[in-house]
Amino acid sequence: MTNSSSIEFNAFLRKNGKKGIRNIVVVAYLVECAHHVSRRIVEGSNDSETHLIGFPGCFPNEYASKMMCAVCTHPNVGGVLLLSLGCESMDREWLANEISRSGRPVELLVIQENGGTRSTVSAGIEKIKAIRKQADKCKRATMQLNELVVGTICGGSDGTSGIAANPAVGRCFDTLVKANASCIFEETGELIGCEEIMAKRAVTPDLGEEIKNCVAKAERYYRILGFGSFAPGNADGGLSTLEEKSMGAYSKSGSSKISGLLKPGDIPPTGGLYLLDVVPDGEPRFGFPNISDNAEIVELIACGCHLILFTTGRGSVVGSAISPVIKICANPETYARLSEDMDINAGKILAGEATIDEVGVEIFNKLVSVAQGHPSVSEELGHQEFILTYKAFEALGPSCLPLANIQG
Amino acid sequence: MRHANSFICLHQNDNVLVCIQPVRAGEVTLIDEKKITLNIDIQVGHKISRCDIGEGEKIIKSGAPIGSTLKKIPQGEHVHTHNMRSDYHFNHSRNTLTDTSNTQ
Repeated sequence: MTNSSSIEFNAFLRKNGKKGIRNIVVVAYLVECAHHVSRRIVEGSNDSETHLIGFPGCFPNEYASKMMCAVCTHPNVGGVLLLSLGCESMDREWLANEISRSGRPVELLVIQENGGTRSTVSAGIEKIKAIRKQADKCKRATMQLNELVVGTICGGSDGTSGIAANPAVGRCFDTLVKANASCIFEETGELIGCEEIMAKRAVTPDLGEEIKNCVAKAERYYRILGFGSFAPGNADGGLSTLEEKSMGAYSKSGSSKISGLLKPGDIPPTGGLYLLDVVPDGEPRFGFPNISDNAEIVELIACGCHLILFTTGRGSVVGSAISPVIKICANPETYARLSEDMDINAGKILAGEATIDEVGVEIFNKLVSVAQGHPSVSEELGHQEFILTYKAFEALGPSCLPLANIQG
Repeated sequence: MRHANSFICLHQNDNVLVCIQPVRAGEVTLIDEKKITLNIDIQVGHKISRCDIGEGEKIIKSGAPIGSTLKKIPQGEHVHTHNMRSDYHFNHSRNTLTDTSNTQ
């Protein structure tokens, strides 16, 4: 095993002292009406490090504003171009001001004031050139594992996920937590059935209660909506019930103590393992908590994740805007079919060619390499998925981040 | 490469085994040293019963309950949505909304 204290990345140093492993310029549309113009600007910029993100809604939403601000000021982001139609509710001046205060170059284009599609696209392409020039001047600094935030998610799970890829990610998480990195696992709707064992791993009994409450909230939320977080493909792949899927998903968290509970947009205050509560508070209002995997990835990124470890059994091809996604395939048959989309073949575990520990080390080494600047497979293929929808959250309870309280 | 055994036991308390390489109907597999002939094809990631399991009993996988049986399951049978269900949420399938005979 590599000595983790000697591992370093050549990072981008942001004004608030946080460090990024990429220097992405984002073009963010603030309503669907500005999506096409934004996409044309990204295409016209002809730069793989310029990514398209956005929020489609015209109605105001505190969660969406918080998320948009969090991702636009993410350590991997070096500059921002905001695209407004002109009449949507998102407070564009506030957002531009927050991004500017974070020390990043930011420009705002309002289509209604710019003469329409063609002229806004050409103005946007010019602005991107200027933003990129400024972003490239960002200071570089050495970054270590204890400054890294890593998220994990599973998508297209099957009966192999929980016995190959997920426990291997769990071993990698254990290594990262020992090195005092912040690690985040999530999707409380897919941890239904694991609440008791998970609560026992909490650093305080009160946090354990919060964890149980947030899984109970998820159970109720999905019950009211009428469908659990269990896709037909999960059953095709041998998973019979939500709790079976949960047990498999849970093994991504490894064996460390759980240091805290986060909600989307909350940054882990210390190193350690955190659970991200992605299910909205209150009565169900805006539909399913996460309509697809990338909605969860965006929330992990909003919590500061520099990198995402994505496990799959049935096979997924997605990546993400802003933070690199590393895909780990549990099923040897899927790997044979979709190897061009996978970074790690955890199917070797089932084939008897590698142990869970060995694949855990392989994932860790890949993560270090991607953090050092080498592209992940989904980055190379140009995947930059991003989805943000309506939600509502209350602030974290006082027992959710006990370590932050101790540190004052 | 073919494994000597196509099924693995994840935890000593489990009453199901997990398939790690595809098996055809009619093939003989060893379950706790007893020879069992499989009655259908089993795909990777799917489960078979390690022992006889009664109606309404919990299915235990990785040492934890993952649902309950809908009927008695004899040793060596495919264990899936046709003979077990969640103790929390019921599953949906691709035709949940399109199948008019579905009254859910």
